[in-house]
Amino acid sequence: MQVYLPIAEVSVNAFLLFGLGGIVGLLSGLFGVGGGFLITPLLFFIGIPPVVAVATGANQVVASSVSAVLAHLKRKTVDLRMGTVLLVGGIMGSALGIWVFNILSRQGQIDVVVQLSYVVFLGLIGALMFQESLRTLRRSRAGPVAPIKRHQHLWVHNLPFKVKFRTSGLYISVIPPLMVGLLVGVLAAIMGVGGGFIMVPAMIYLLGMPTKVVIGTSLFQIIFVTGFTTFMHAATNNSVDLMLALFLIIGGVVGAQIGSQFAARLKAEQLRILLALLVLGVCLKLALDLLIEPSELYSARPVGRF
Amino acid sequence: MRWLALLTLLFLPQTTLAEEVVAGLSQDSISITANFDGSDLLIYGAVKREEPIPQDSLLDVIITVEGPSEPVVVRRKSRTMGIWVNTSGVEIDRAPSFYAVATSRPLADILSQTEDLRRRISTRQMIRSVGAPTEITDSAAFTEALIRLREREALYVLRENSVELKADTLFSTDFDLPADLIEGDYRTRIFLLRDKKLVASGETSIDVRKVGLERWLFDLSREEPVIYGLLAIIIALVAGWAASAAFRLIRN
Repeated sequence: MQVYLPIAEVSVNAFLLFGLGGIVGLLSGLFGVGGGFLITPLLFFIGIPPVVAVATGANQVVASSVSAVLAHLKRKTVDLRMGTVLLVGGIMGSALGIWVFNILSRQGQIDVVVQLSYVVFLGLIGALMFQESLRTLRRSRAGPVAPIKRHQHLWVHNLPFKVKFRTSGLYISVIPPLMVGLLVGVLAAIMGVGGGFIMVPAMIYLLGMPTKVVIGTSLFQIIFVTGFTTFMHAATNNSVDLMLALFLIIGGVVGAQIGSQFAARLKAEQLRILLALLVLGVCLKLALDLLIEPSELYSARPVGRF
Repeated sequence: MRWLALLTLLFLPQTTLAEEVVAGLSQDSISITANFDGSDLLIYGAVKREEPIPQDSLLDVIITVEGPSEPVVVRRKSRTMGIWVNTSGVEIDRAPSFYAVATSRPLADILSQTEDLRRRISTRQMIRSVGAPTEITDSAAFTEALIRLREREALYVLRENSVELKADTLFSTDFDLPADLIEGDYRTRIFLLRDKKLVASGETSIDVRKVGLERWLFDLSREEPVIYGLLAIIIALVAGWAASAAFRLIRN
């Protein structure tokens, strides 16, 4: 069954879209990632114009994050105050990102910037995840080791404007969380992702937040940042395709349910290696597209369409 | 859904009164619905004459279908710092979004270059590129690239020998319109030729429109982008909440 996407102005197979949404939903259910970093490049591969893929990808992340954060709110693993600070930085970053996006888009360089960002970040995160899961696998074989030392006194803790974050048990300056939020907001707008895969390590290693509140807090602020990104793309570029979003969201919702059912039964470390390999695979494909001489050097894009 | 619209086209004689075109289309409008999967278009007609069929030359027919024209930016990649990036671009002033040509015999055998230039019949003539930036010396390569790219996507099509001509009077041809059509007026032209020269011609247009949900979403996104953006967010919020609620129901 073909479906004509009114904004992208291309016709795609509806089951393919359900499938893509479903696979990404499955992953988010299994690993607790938003899945934006996978859906956007997958949409490039099936021929959706990059501008539309980025804007609509952000819209799908809103849905999957809402679905996931509700469970976290119930378990009280969301630091709302920290989330709000990250969010303020995030919205400023998102506005900045949209501005950069529109400039690059006009100069015809947006595709390469989006692709490069993906290659760099997917490569980095994929490699880190792969290394970490290998280490956990080895450690679980070797037996217990000394716990990692927490609450180190970093330079981050000497900045002014200190605020108490009770849920996280932190008393730190608001500047580092604002900067983290800003960076993730810029990336969210340019790459069409929630940024959870960058936000989570930053919260643990830069801000020193306890792991149990990290995912919920990250998801909480991602909803607002991607929501804002979606809105800004819709308002300034008219590039959100609701028809496309609808298919992805429905597929994603079903996939997420199946994913969370599976997650309880499967071994976490082995799954994480699989996810790392998948992320690296997508990264490799995008990197090769940039490095190998393309068979067609020319590309055409109508002015005033996507 | 497929209904016949017999459009009688009245054509002013171009060069001579001896032969005229009377033609019809299988449909005079195409609706892009949510499950639009391309469309077949049958164009048929007859040659109207007051005199007997001329025997000294062969009659040939060329039929074209043309999507709305628009400016297009063609960019070329080259290797910069190890990666392939768009480095040069030419803006082509007007190029049809879709262009199909059907002929009764090979195009080169039935159409002279002067007639092609005058009537803009071949794909190359349909693309108008006025000026390229001064640093680009090979602007023709960009036009060629546009034609190549669109031929590959079946947006530019040349189908020689596909117009069926019966008794030098009745003609018909079929066009496959692709699923990736854009909206607008699609102009169809019919040319009758003898000795590579135009004898008569006529044109009509097909209205291609998004309808229903497609129409509504597209209009909303352009006319009320703020409401459209809010709608996108609300749908995502509701879907996310519904998913979590449904999940809880299933588990309990």
